[in-house]
Amino acid sequence: MNIFVCVKQVPDTETKVTPNGDGTFIETNSIKWIMNPYDEFAVEQALLLKAAVAGSTVTVVRVGSVQDTEALRTALAMGADEAVLVESEDNLDSYMIAKSLKGGIEKSGKTPDIIFTGKQAIDDDCLQVPQLLAQMLEMPSVSVVVGFEHADGKVTLKREIEGGATEVYEVSAPVLVACNKGLNTPRYASLPGIMKAKRKPLQQLSLGDVGVSADDRRIKYSNFQLPPEKPPGKKFDAMDEGNQASVVAEVVGLLRNEAKVI
Amino acid sequence: MNFELSSEQKEIKDLAFKFAKNEMLPHAAHYDEKGELPFDILKKAWELGLVNTCIPVEFGGTGFSTLDSILITESLSYGCLGMNTAIMANDLALLPIVIGGNDEQKKRFLTPFTESYKMAAFCLTEPGNGSDAAGIKTTIKDEGDHYLVNGQKMWITNAGFADLFTVYGTYDSGLKHKGISAIVIEKDTPGIEIGKPEKKMGHSCSDTRSVTFKNVKVPKENLLGKLGDGWKIAMKTLDHSRPMVAASAVGGAQCSFDYAAKYSTERNQFGKPLSGHQGIQFMLAEMAMNIEAARLLVYKSAWLLDQGQKNTQLASSAKAFSADIFMKVATDAVQIYGGYGYSREYPVEKLMRDAKLIQIYEGTSQIQRLVIAKEVISTL
Amino acid sequence: MSKVLVYSEVHGDTVKSVALEILGKLAGQEVDVAVIGDLPEAGVKALAEHGAANIHKISGNGLDNYSAEGYSKALKTLIDKGGYDYVMAGSTSAGKDLMPRLAGMYDAGMASEVTNFTMDGGTFAGTRPLFAGKVLAKVEIDGPKPHFVTVRPNALGMPESATAGAGNVSEESVDVGEIKAAIKEIIKGASEKVDLTEANIIISGGRAMKNAENFKILEECANVIGASVGASRAAVDSGFAAHSMQVGQTGKTVAPSLYIACGISGAIQHLAGMRTSKVIVAINTDPDAPIFTKADYGIVGDLFQIVPLLTEEFKKIM
Repeated sequence: MNIFVCVKQVPDTETKVTPNGDGTFIETNSIKWIMNPYDEFAVEQALLLKAAVAGSTVTVVRVGSVQDTEALRTALAMGADEAVLVESEDNLDSYMIAKSLKGGIEKSGKTPDIIFTGKQAIDDDCLQVPQLLAQMLEMPSVSVVVGFEHADGKVTLKREIEGGATEVYEVSAPVLVACNKGLNTPRYASLPGIMKAKRKPLQQLSLGDVGVSADDRRIKYSNFQLPPEKPPGKKFDAMDEGNQASVVAEVVGLLRNEAKVI
Repeated sequence: MNFELSSEQKEIKDLAFKFAKNEMLPHAAHYDEKGELPFDILKKAWELGLVNTCIPVEFGGTGFSTLDSILITESLSYGCLGMNTAIMANDLALLPIVIGGNDEQKKRFLTPFTESYKMAAFCLTEPGNGSDAAGIKTTIKDEGDHYLVNGQKMWITNAGFADLFTVYGTYDSGLKHKGISAIVIEKDTPGIEIGKPEKKMGHSCSDTRSVTFKNVKVPKENLLGKLGDGWKIAMKTLDHSRPMVAASAVGGAQCSFDYAAKYSTERNQFGKPLSGHQGIQFMLAEMAMNIEAARLLVYKSAWLLDQGQKNTQLASSAKAFSADIFMKVATDAVQIYGGYGYSREYPVEKLMRDAKLIQIYEGTSQIQRLVIAKEVISTL
Repeated sequence: MSKVLVYSEVHGDTVKSVALEILGKLAGQEVDVAVIGDLPEAGVKALAEHGAANIHKISGNGLDNYSAEGYSKALKTLIDKGGYDYVMAGSTSAGKDLMPRLAGMYDAGMASEVTNFTMDGGTFAGTRPLFAGKVLAKVEIDGPKPHFVTVRPNALGMPESATAGAGNVSEESVDVGEIKAAIKEIIKGASEKVDLTEANIIISGGRAMKNAENFKILEECANVIGASVGASRAAVDSGFAAHSMQVGQTGKTVAPSLYIACGISGAIQHLAGMRTSKVIVAINTDPDAPIFTKADYGIVGDLFQIVPLLTEEFKKIM
């Protein structure tokens, strides 16, 4: 089975994000990059599937800068077999990324049976690439997946929707699966895994190699800014049992009459 | 000159740090309170290759350089000093075998540690001899077809759970340090008595006990090198282990600093965050610069060893400096937290207790200064 | 002026309110609405009142259940006929899944999860949060039309006054052919409540809840005010609450009109997920908890004492 995983490198969730000087993007100087957290579930599911289906390979594909290839190296150290890197700046839009990933997958020389991605990247939070990529490759996709079972060439997928409900899908390969938290517990890359990863093949491609150019840009961002700070709120001390009831009554009154949300 | 870690070293450090933050730190207070060894966590660390980093590739280990190893120690200590002590004690006990053992001994003693998670204990200190290690009383007597070991060891980390003990004794106390020898004793050997767990100020989740050897018959093939090689082996072990202990101080200091710095931006007094007050700023700056200075000293002391150069002076400098600034940083972290810092509800109180031990074990801060002075004066 | 198609989901006997929010912002444009399946009269009325010129009800083989493939093909048939400049939808579970696939069919650009937008001169310009709301940016779309937009529910707010449209209803029948990824069954969630991302009111618990059992007191309060119950990452990681309840950077990003944080200190990851809530109430014993810096109304007190009082007080006025 040819298993593919698409991963993205994003700023660590604890990173303080600030707009750059001219508001065209964020300040990237002091950012610590990590693998997109949702992509860890994708890598783990790919490795679990590889272990279950003899003769499978896991190829991990990433579009982004070569400066720091954290996400790819982590995936290889976790156990992926090979990697494809499409080199680009870090601010491509979803359409360009999907098209680059498609090119990267095609250049790998393997036809995908199943593609895993995270349900979204926590940098631009667009939630577009999985579905776009599936559409470009003319395969079905299921997103926000929290359950995965594979038997007899078919996969049964659970997709989380509103109200904690889940939709159950049964699909034959090829299919793209966009993974959510709760699907599995991603493994750590072990130290022997890190050492082995160095010797695993990494194919490096340019945007030109995968047929992507500036004309493919669909989305233009500008005017990056911090969200407006709220004016300070009202604070009430209710540690003392004596005044708790009156504080609560006052706050409920404010919610009704001042904020008008109740 | 290049201060950049290799990409592989960054990954090693990141993995260990991620493990420390996700698996150790959240449970550190619990095991500290209970005074229990967190076997599940230690075993998980072993599965990822974070334990016994001193074992060479030929014997199933990772074959890490000293610098690689201390990056792991620094990160794990960020998670919990006590758990790190349990992990580091293995290296301390296995290093004499790596340094002074023959291939047969390395295969016999080291390889099992790469096949499943086991603990090892390093037995040097005695009730009457701590800093004055050359005066140890434990005897290793040649009885023809075996050695007979007698004596008592104190403050032995991992003692209650160890599969093997690396024991220092003398075959002739009149020879002082030249009589010291190192021998490996396996746990089921008759005559080993393990004491009760010690009640300690910090590093509470690590296991510390006395070990008594009463007429313990040890096979001849367990002696490391020959009789009298022990001192040399011990000194070389310290060249490796002191940078490690120093790295644990850097990890602990960094953790203390991170807590205190974050808290200082969240807590308001006199209408602004603590971090807006110059007095607190001075403290934060002092902490940050000392940590970075310690880190550089530690990395260099490890790097020297990896280059095949003598690192005795820098290893002691790194150990003393890092331990002392950790104590200072942790104390200041408690100070910044104020009343909350003194409470067990908050994490810096434990760090301050843990810091104290680093100034004591593996050679006190005073002994390190004697070593440094001796090295400095010998070049005059 | 641009020609815009709004895809609206049916919800009970009317439409999901995000469609009406979008319609409110599109006053002055030529706006049609597409729904898949049947739309009760109340829904038709609401859409017409909010400016829909034509309301297309699409039905046919393979459209009984949601599927990204089926729904996107169905909408494509309509878009091809109508020659639209923009296609918009709420960023609901279905909207998020469906719209990128549809955009892909046209090799077209899409702006996801905008929280505000303008249509000056008929051209879309939106504002959207990135990096989990840590920054905002202006977003514009280039390239082949139609352009696609999804809008975060509750972000625009309902229009104060609406310009009515003709509201002509037409029925379209399409055959979407084989669907490769089709729904076999739908498992209902434990709670029948509105999803957090669409909830108007959310009451969340943090690590201070101490255990899963204690979430009951939040449930009780939620029942009174029609809120959904959320949780911080600390509470989820400690096993007090399900992943689907997690609010924050690695959970759900929410924008309710009222967010009540109980025993949540306000880690940066959590703040990122709820900071765009209109009104925030925080209950915490630590007067210096960072959550108070974001709260409109902060109560320094023990949630186990305050929340039951709050429930009682809400009962009086609801």
